[in-house]
Amino acid sequence: MSMNTQGRPSAPTEAGGTAAHETFTGNKALQMEEALIFEIGRNDVCGVDLEEPEDFTPALGGHARRAELDLPALTEPEAMRHYVRLSSKNYAIDAGLYPLGSCTMKHNPRLNEKMARLPGFADVHPLQPRSTVTGAVEMIAELAHWLVTLTGMEAVAMSPKAGAHGELCGMMAIKAAHTAAGRDPKVVLVPESAHGTNPATAALLGYKVVSIEAREDGTVDTRAVQDRIAEHAGNIAGIMLTNPNTCGLFERDIIAIAEAIHAADGYFYCDGANFNAIVGKARPGDLGVDAMHINLHKTFSTPHGGGGPGSGPVVLSERLAPFAPLPFLRKGANGPEWIESAAELLDGEQPFGRMTAFHGQMGMYVRALAYMKSHGADGLRQASEDAVLNANYVRVGLEDLMSLPFGSRWCMHEVLFDDSFLKDTGVTTLDFAKAMIDEGYHPMTMYFPLVVHGAMLIEPTESESRAALDLFIATMRDLVMSAQRGETGRFKGAPFHAPRARLDETRAARKPVLKWERPAASEVQPQAAE
Amino acid sequence: MTTRYTEDHEWITVEGDVATVGITNYAQEQLGDVVFVELPDAGKTVAKGDEAAVVESVKAASEVFAPLDGEIVEANTALADEPGKVNEDPEGGAWFVKIRMSDKSQLDGMMDADAYKAHLEGL
Repeated sequence: MSMNTQGRPSAPTEAGGTAAHETFTGNKALQMEEALIFEIGRNDVCGVDLEEPEDFTPALGGHARRAELDLPALTEPEAMRHYVRLSSKNYAIDAGLYPLGSCTMKHNPRLNEKMARLPGFADVHPLQPRSTVTGAVEMIAELAHWLVTLTGMEAVAMSPKAGAHGELCGMMAIKAAHTAAGRDPKVVLVPESAHGTNPATAALLGYKVVSIEAREDGTVDTRAVQDRIAEHAGNIAGIMLTNPNTCGLFERDIIAIAEAIHAADGYFYCDGANFNAIVGKARPGDLGVDAMHINLHKTFSTPHGGGGPGSGPVVLSERLAPFAPLPFLRKGANGPEWIESAAELLDGEQPFGRMTAFHGQMGMYVRALAYMKSHGADGLRQASEDAVLNANYVRVGLEDLMSLPFGSRWCMHEVLFDDSFLKDTGVTTLDFAKAMIDEGYHPMTMYFPLVVHGAMLIEPTESESRAALDLFIATMRDLVMSAQRGETGRFKGAPFHAPRARLDETRAARKPVLKWERPAASEVQPQAAE
Repeated sequence: MTTRYTEDHEWITVEGDVATVGITNYAQEQLGDVVFVELPDAGKTVAKGDEAAVVESVKAASEVFAPLDGEIVEANTALADEPGKVNEDPEGGAWFVKIRMSDKSQLDGMMDADAYKAHLEGL
């Protein structure tokens, strides 16, 4: 099977050459092979009729383009088919269960899409006069109100574009608060099980990252935090902790940890990626959190994971609220006001700067607020309860066959298995995940968190029905039993039924091909299917 | 020449006051196919426990910690072009850095081959 038009046959050969169960085109019935648009494009056609320009004198002078751009040209149906075919190759939550742990791939209700397409939200421009977008500003202010209410925090910086950007925003607010207090601490504590973006964010801001080991049960021990604080006494900027953590476990000592950090003059950054487990059940503000990003694109639906942009507003405690970046919302006498520049600041407002040029991801705001308002506070709470219930349903359905690194106990919104159930089978976590593709499932998160050997992190979310979970569990059980029976042929080299077999990830990483080059004419040879 | 080992799965051989540091065969097995190696510049001073290099595989990115205090005198720049050497020859040609030790006593208490083997069996 080959990917490019160069590798496709252009004419049948006398000798034939299309093997049984192979096809001449490379298509498999309605599963289309699709070449790159540069390969199928030509330069002698055009999808639209353009009038020939009349004689004119170009004003570009020496800046005029001197070489052909070599842009692909296609007829309108060809261009449409190209992108429709590509879109059908994308696995999405709309296509099937997507148990990617720590990603909260939940259903995006179509009501969200309808609301986001309202012209008053979809067709506004950030540079429009404010008086013409008061409704849009009201909408953002209402979302901001929901976010601070659900988290029990003081303020929210709306503009960050996604989770890691939100982390950076929160940590910059923490740094600004230290600077304002005349301090310059250098150490940020990060548990071993953290998302990789946590230490990366701290390092980007010039902090020294000090790791905190987990105790036997997979959670952070207050004593370990206190020990690290003592080792770096007077130099603690803060801690970055995820709750529930990446092992799917609730950090029970979170309040004591927050108190220890605050006693050391540090701030508590909470990674909010797993907020879907606790919405309506616990408020980060009550747990001592000073800053937390909220992945609107996870917790509050919206399409993501190849389907749309992220949005990562950051809620801030009373102590950090003055440092929120521009632009921010202020309660005014006549409703919310956007504060866009330093000239508009009041006493006490000390924004650390600006994360984005404008206000943030408008479309994501609309979708998130539509999700909140259609669910209501009670519905959001139930969604979290159902997410936790579903993860535990999967846990109980699989724990006799698979292996739980921290024993049989309640998990939160995701369940973590290790690979000890595959010991001596010759099948690895990677092989197992690839075999799931053959069964029509997007694999779970694998080899993360790093603290667990051969980790498999499954997050079903509340979107899945019991019937969908039962089929998933039955499929997983079948795969596990197959591996344990020694049927390695089903795993090694999988996927076998996908449009592409096992990719050489090593070669892709070591020798990535980052730019398409038009092959020399001599290399373009019609070639019979093998 | 005695080879010493750390609990972080690094090996150390010593010639004079220069220690050659690499990762063990067990470490490369755990990492899987290595796709990227980031090395320090010669002349950099490191303290025991500092990040001396970064090794990235298809599964994970991981630090190589300096097992001793000292100054980096040489990094194995060949690994940057051919990271796969770490999988092929981890305890030989794919050494990471050479460190001029400032405190040779830090070698005391490191594991020898037998002790490391026993350590692995206990994992």
